[in-house]
Amino acid sequence: MIGFVIRRLAVAVLVTLGIALVTFLLLHILSPSPVYAVLGAKAEPAAVKAWNLQHGYDRPVLAQFLTYIGNIIHGDFGYSYKLSQSVTALFREHSGRSAYLSGSALVLSLLIALPLGIAQAVRRNSIGDYTVTSLNFILYSMPSFFLGLILIQFLALDWGVFPPVVSDQITTVWGAFTHPLQLTLPIVTLAAINVASFSRYMRSSALDNLAQDYIRLARAKGLSQRAVLTRHLLRNACLPMITLVGLSIPYLLAGNLLIEVLFNYSGIGLLFYTALGNLDYNVLLAYVIAGGILTVLGNLIADVAVAVADPRIRLG
Amino acid sequence: MAEYAPLPDVQTLHGTPPIGPTPEGGEVQVIASGWKLALREFLDNRLAVVGALVLIFFVLFCFVGPLVYHTNQTLTNPLITDLPPGGGHPLGTDENGFDELGRIMVGGQTALEVGFLASFIATVVGTLYGSIAGLAGGIVDNVLMRFVDILLSIPFLLIVLVLATKYSATVLEEALILGSFSWLVPARLVRGEVLTLRERDFVYAARVMGSRRSRLVVRHLIPNALSVVIVNVTFQIADAILALAYLGFLGFGLQYPSVSWGDMLGNAQNYVSEGYWWLVYPVGGCLVAVVLACNLIGDALRDAFDVRLRRR
Repeated sequence: MIGFVIRRLAVAVLVTLGIALVTFLLLHILSPSPVYAVLGAKAEPAAVKAWNLQHGYDRPVLAQFLTYIGNIIHGDFGYSYKLSQSVTALFREHSGRSAYLSGSALVLSLLIALPLGIAQAVRRNSIGDYTVTSLNFILYSMPSFFLGLILIQFLALDWGVFPPVVSDQITTVWGAFTHPLQLTLPIVTLAAINVASFSRYMRSSALDNLAQDYIRLARAKGLSQRAVLTRHLLRNACLPMITLVGLSIPYLLAGNLLIEVLFNYSGIGLLFYTALGNLDYNVLLAYVIAGGILTVLGNLIADVAVAVADPRIRLG
Repeated sequence: MAEYAPLPDVQTLHGTPPIGPTPEGGEVQVIASGWKLALREFLDNRLAVVGALVLIFFVLFCFVGPLVYHTNQTLTNPLITDLPPGGGHPLGTDENGFDELGRIMVGGQTALEVGFLASFIATVVGTLYGSIAGLAGGIVDNVLMRFVDILLSIPFLLIVLVLATKYSATVLEEALILGSFSWLVPARLVRGEVLTLRERDFVYAARVMGSRRSRLVVRHLIPNALSVVIVNVTFQIADAILALAYLGFLGFGLQYPSVSWGDMLGNAQNYVSEGYWWLVYPVGGCLVAVVLACNLIGDALRDAFDVRLRRR
């Protein structure tokens, strides 16, 4: 187990380096230097050259990359010339709010999807099952911002239950937590999209497990339906969900981005979106690399968690 | 698993099944190629047929529609902005005075073009890459697939958005940036398929008969891995159309006068708060319908090609 984790960690570090290299090269092709963002589009060639020389942007790409990696290891993701702040400080300021949004959306979607999938599997091919399956299919094919717009139209504008955008006053996670109405729509939108994919897998996983002998045994020894479902089925049917949640991190990030833009909620997604408009390359680079690292970590943690949860799996 | 009667020769495999009335006992199968069985299975799936019809409808609607329903989609008209539906404009007009119905047709063209083109690029590149990796094996395979692992770990939408800041003006550019990061899944699928195929007897036979590697790939491996690829294509189309919508919504869409459904939804938030529902729900509905149709077709194809699920 420990050997496996160490080996996988080594691979993860290599993959992370690869992600950083690919992203760095791509951004370098798009813009070799942020000089025009700093000095303006009409900067004198001499001033441009001097600035590049001073900040190391005249060196070979690989040398720049190695410096960048060295800085990352020391926790320095560069400097946002547009926002005049270090990227690390920006991320520290914004990431809490994004983590709150993603985290609560993930928890909410699991709380809905797991029982829903089991209920569908137990009452398979009933009208309820078909309705939920079709709804899931539609949600799954729907851009998250479109679902968000529909919710804004009905719940915010027509009925006035929730605010249509998150208020500027919400600056801390604690503030978001104590004003639940503000973040209800973003969280629900993000969760609904996840429910659509999670409950599909949960349904098929529960169906597979319902056909197994241990369920028949549990029923034969006289356990109530409730006990069979909660004590026997749920735990086994959840195993594939661990992997699925681990793999869903890139989608959560992308979802975050769109939802934060739609509801004007100032997390790292909105920060990234602003950086796209400003071509604030250090922020873009850091966010893509951080997304890559989260993806790799998600896979790794999911693999280990499945092995911990399922004693049949031996890692070697 | 379905058990087929032994196939007598190639002629019967591809021609019409030369079998008379089913004998007593009815154990003899009608001989048909895997493709025909898959097609029959697909047509039995009602949802999939609906999906295919919806997709065909939208292709006709977007590409033939403008030939019948003439609208001006290049010159703005400030006199007729934001008109509600009615009076010569069945779906109203947008903030530039473009007829919304005609705009949906034009936007649908680019959405479908980008969807098909991106999935075509992804499929061709992925299939070739995957079959080369699978066939080469060893260290080449390892290096090639680690590269795929790395690219797959970069969140798709983020890297595409970064590229779209510079390259998103034309249909070709959008298709290229979407395609260049979505060939990874087909590459993995095809490699997995090739890894099992290369150990099969017919591949050994082809090798013994002296076929070159290129012939092996093009003539034997790719056709046999095709079912996996075809299923993936439909999902690729759906994903590309969705991704294009995201790009458009975030403001990295096509350059005027080209437009895509995502671009049309770019200001949707303002439209909703202004009450211009006709600028939001028709476009969004079309978008969901096309993506849903592709997903339905993909699901049905996956079931149709899956021999284990096939009814006899």
